[in-house]
Amino acid sequence: MKRRASSFKADSGREPRSAFGRSRLAYALLTAGLLVVVFPFVWTMLASFKPEGEIRQNPPTLLPAEWTTSNYTGLFERMNMGTAFLNSAIVAIALVVANLLLCSMVGYAFAKLRFRFRNTLFGLVMVQMMVPAIVVMVPQFVLIAKLGLVNTFLGIVLPFIVAPLGIFMMRQFIADIPDELIQAARVDGAREFRIFFSIVLPLCRPALATLGLITFMTSWNNFLWPAVVAQSEDMYTLPVALAIFSNAQATQYGLLIAGAVVVVAPILLLFLFLQRYFVQGIASTGLK
Amino acid sequence: MAVTLERPALKEKPSLKIRKPRNSWVAWIFVLPFVIVFVVFWAGPLLAGLGMSFTDMRSTDVRDPLAVDVVGVENYLRLFTDDLMRKAALNTLIFVVTTLPLTIALGLAAAVALNSGISRLPAAFFRLGYYTPYITSIIGIAVAWRFLLDPDAGPVNQFLAWIGIDGPAWLSDERTALPVIIVMTAWRSFGFDMVVLLAALQGIPKELYEAADIDGAGRWQRFRSVTVPMLKPALLFCTVYSSIGFAQFMEEPLVMTRGGPAGATTSASLAIYNQFGAGAYGYAGAAATVLFTVIVALALLQFRIGRRS
Repeated sequence: MKRRASSFKADSGREPRSAFGRSRLAYALLTAGLLVVVFPFVWTMLASFKPEGEIRQNPPTLLPAEWTTSNYTGLFERMNMGTAFLNSAIVAIALVVANLLLCSMVGYAFAKLRFRFRNTLFGLVMVQMMVPAIVVMVPQFVLIAKLGLVNTFLGIVLPFIVAPLGIFMMRQFIADIPDELIQAARVDGAREFRIFFSIVLPLCRPALATLGLITFMTSWNNFLWPAVVAQSEDMYTLPVALAIFSNAQATQYGLLIAGAVVVVAPILLLFLFLQRYFVQGIASTGLK
Repeated sequence: MAVTLERPALKEKPSLKIRKPRNSWVAWIFVLPFVIVFVVFWAGPLLAGLGMSFTDMRSTDVRDPLAVDVVGVENYLRLFTDDLMRKAALNTLIFVVTTLPLTIALGLAAAVALNSGISRLPAAFFRLGYYTPYITSIIGIAVAWRFLLDPDAGPVNQFLAWIGIDGPAWLSDERTALPVIIVMTAWRSFGFDMVVLLAALQGIPKELYEAADIDGAGRWQRFRSVTVPMLKPALLFCTVYSSIGFAQFMEEPLVMTRGGPAGATTSASLAIYNQFGAGAYGYAGAAATVLFTVIVALALLQFRIGRRS
């Protein structure tokens, strides 16, 4: 933080006058834009602590005149939000663990091992990235039904245990690890699995952090597939529970927006504290 | 000729073998997780979906595959005469064609503003704020927006009433429902384009701008003849990536309008989802196949155009 603050001073000191005027306009526009972007979050979050009557009151209040957590307690009593929260966490953590291991294994093979059809296979990774979930949803569901995995965690998780974006990220990262390191281990007689687990994987820590976060976020926010596989309330993930509740209780805004906050807040907090990894992931995979 | 060309290659192989051990079966173990998941959960279903689209398969047939009859292209013909499907296709087209330029324009504007001499700390702060909606759950966002736009309880119309405007019932009015979802999606998505375009902007060599300055180019000219051409790959990426995503929009109307009023916000994906819910697997498969074909064609077309210019 300190280092950034000092570079902030140095930068503005170096700016010539005209550029300063110009950047003042940029500041004004960016601030206005930021207010528009942040307003829905702030308003909703504050409103979720108001009693139902105050939410509907006209003229509205910005800060709750009467702070209450009754929307949140009602949420957990009435819509089984605790279970949904737990389900979302189980699914997300399972997918993070699976993707960290499997994507880096596959990425290692694509980056450092030679085998037939390597390029063809990598092309297929790209193909899978392009296949929209909605397009394969019906046959995927039929398959899951045949396997007897409807309404199970395994059914929700299986199609996503090795995401193509993760393979792509890990391949890019592992490709930059010097070949000599791996060659030296091979000369010493280490097997590929040893090399992978004791040399490659520890070096991948920064990439794994990014991959873990992106996987967690994607899983936490995913709606379509969990909505298809989870068929009873005790298997709903948060977005599924919220969407169903929202269709059933169209006007119970207190409960609804408290639900929205519970879905959004964990990712928001992760993002605020670890945003470096999120943005890095987008920037590094998006453009290469 | 072929023989003389092959010989040296054959001779070289043994020496290669010594330096790089042929670990090809080990490599296959490493890629096996991907191969299995790809074949079983993606390629298989993609082909099965295509096959399904030529049958009258329904949800009840999952246990009894013998009840499924091949009906040829009947599902596809029905698709083109189904008013709701046609409406869904049109809505999706309108949605993509309007949301795409809006999102990219906002993303570009934010990226250019952030790159115009903003100091690092505030720049990081703005970037964080703008990116926030993109990483949060669409369902959560859609619920929040439905509340904000509620004609009675929502602050949007309450503010409008303050300045004497009688705001419409945004989501239950056929004229405003889809535009509202378009604006919301642009609001949610432009942060992604901003991050990509900002990275590209920062990669433009300063010398190019200096050369343009020497040539006496004004600010607009510099933007048009240096910035935009240098941003082309990033813009192309944003266009292709976003249009693939936008062509599948469904959570927003599902939560905010349930596709209504009168099908005004039913998207292609939502229509497929509803057909699946109604148990019409064959019909849903046909719609999904058409959507996939359009998405792939769109992506290829954009790459073509992007490469040519």
